[in-house]
Amino acid sequence: MTRALPVLTVLLAIIVVWYGAAVWMNAQWAQDQAARADTTLTTDELIRQTLTQERPVLPAPHQVAMGLWDGLFGQKFTSKRSLVWHGWITLSATMAGFAIGTLAGITLAVGIVHSRTMDQSVMPWAVASQSIPILAIAPMVIVVFASAGVTGLLPKAIIAAWLSFFPVLVGMVKGLRTPDRMQLDLMQSWNASAAQVFWRLRLPSSLPYLFASLKVAVAASLVGTIVGELPAGATAGLGARLLSGSYYGQTVQIWSALFAAAILAALLVMLIGVVEKLTLHRMGLAR
Amino acid sequence: MKPNKTGDSGGRSVITARNIDLTFQTADGPVHALKDVNLTINQGDFVSFIGPSGCGKTTFLRTIAALETPTGGNLTVNGMSPDEARKARAYGYVFQAPGLYPWRTISGNISLPLEIMGFSKADRQQRIERVLELVDLAGFGGKYPWQLSGGMQQRASIARALAFDADILLMDEPFGALDEIVRDRLNEALLELWKKTQKTIGFVTHSIPEAVYLSTKIVVMSPRPGRITKIINSPLPAERPLEIRDTPDFIALAHEVREGLREGHGDD
Repeated sequence: MTRALPVLTVLLAIIVVWYGAAVWMNAQWAQDQAARADTTLTTDELIRQTLTQERPVLPAPHQVAMGLWDGLFGQKFTSKRSLVWHGWITLSATMAGFAIGTLAGITLAVGIVHSRTMDQSVMPWAVASQSIPILAIAPMVIVVFASAGVTGLLPKAIIAAWLSFFPVLVGMVKGLRTPDRMQLDLMQSWNASAAQVFWRLRLPSSLPYLFASLKVAVAASLVGTIVGELPAGATAGLGARLLSGSYYGQTVQIWSALFAAAILAALLVMLIGVVEKLTLHRMGLAR
Repeated sequence: MKPNKTGDSGGRSVITARNIDLTFQTADGPVHALKDVNLTINQGDFVSFIGPSGCGKTTFLRTIAALETPTGGNLTVNGMSPDEARKARAYGYVFQAPGLYPWRTISGNISLPLEIMGFSKADRQQRIERVLELVDLAGFGGKYPWQLSGGMQQRASIARALAFDADILLMDEPFGALDEIVRDRLNEALLELWKKTQKTIGFVTHSIPEAVYLSTKIVVMSPRPGRITKIINSPLPAERPLEIRDTPDFIALAHEVREGLREGHGDD
């Protein structure tokens, strides 16, 4: 309870501010409507109207909550109006991209740690790849793949991988390099092979770094997938849901999709946290 | 296997260094870490290397273990080059820090070199039991390093170095990070272990009493360039209770070592 109290206080403050902002931002439209109907609104009526509009500038928290609830549980899971269905489309591409990105990141990190040439040649390119705005590269990836007849999951997964390999790469390079001189000397005094040093020393040493990177990478994967769903009028996925919401001024729909994405990201990060805890505990690293 | 006998302690010579030179190329120019080092270490010797920082004592130990390569001179270990001896797994090396893997239990840590060297599982198990017994850690095999005190961790790291039956044990300030009381106990335990196992031990230290108490041979070194200034064969008996440190013989030997260190410093 003592731990929940500060969190709840902040949450409450956010909700209060949000309601205030909703009233303030939606007031203009309510007043315009009233003026057109030649009526004036009491403060009470004004507030009530700002919080119940169909297409508010800023939907009130309860409207978003209801939109989210309806999207998640009010529809058949196979319906195109279901956030579960859209979420699944996004999730599958996210996981595919996350897997590709993680694999690429680890592979490159292993190469960088073991080869001086790769150390000097790969890292600048990896950094450069991340300095390109993903919004610029995403439509091109989609278009290039589409022209080759590939649509759907794969191009989105590539964009997700583009974003997610980098944190894994950086974390793993750091992690694989944590063993100090003394531990490497010990290995040498036992005449250990490079593979033995890798599997028995470098890899286990790097795991705490790997998990920290994976948490960043999975969130980045989700962002990459959603960005990949925005261009070219995709019809499925949380990104598409955001886009169609903005086409038709369905602000409640946008916010619901946003929250769905946020919840999905939180769940993924938590899932990795659980795996991390189990692994480190099994290794005797958690105390 | 060279039978070449040397006068002092009568054993077979295990390590022979002739005119060893080692120069490191650093950003600030070359550093002369070892100059003209000559030393013979016999089977069963306990040799301490003592001297101020920068005198090359650690570097020399590392050279024996083939962790550094001399730029001049001739060094043989068991009649082989240091690197061949390393590949033949002739050394157990103990550093100042225990260097135990936190994700392995004490048994798992001792098992590590054995796994790397390809010992069978049953053999590993039996060796682990034996060395744990030897360093007085029987029953602690299932613990993780962090559950043990610093002194126990260092004992575990010695057990790890003993597990694969290397006949040379190289120890680089193994007790340097421990407090005086623990250090005394471990010194005593190390002597006992040395007697039981008949290993040849190379031991780097900063401490005069430690060097005098443990060694059959004390090598005094001095810096810039790192070199040997004095080699003292200990007249102390093999049987050494801790109280021996209050005897006149011990004090006289400690004095001789201190004089040796002072002479080395006179040069610069």
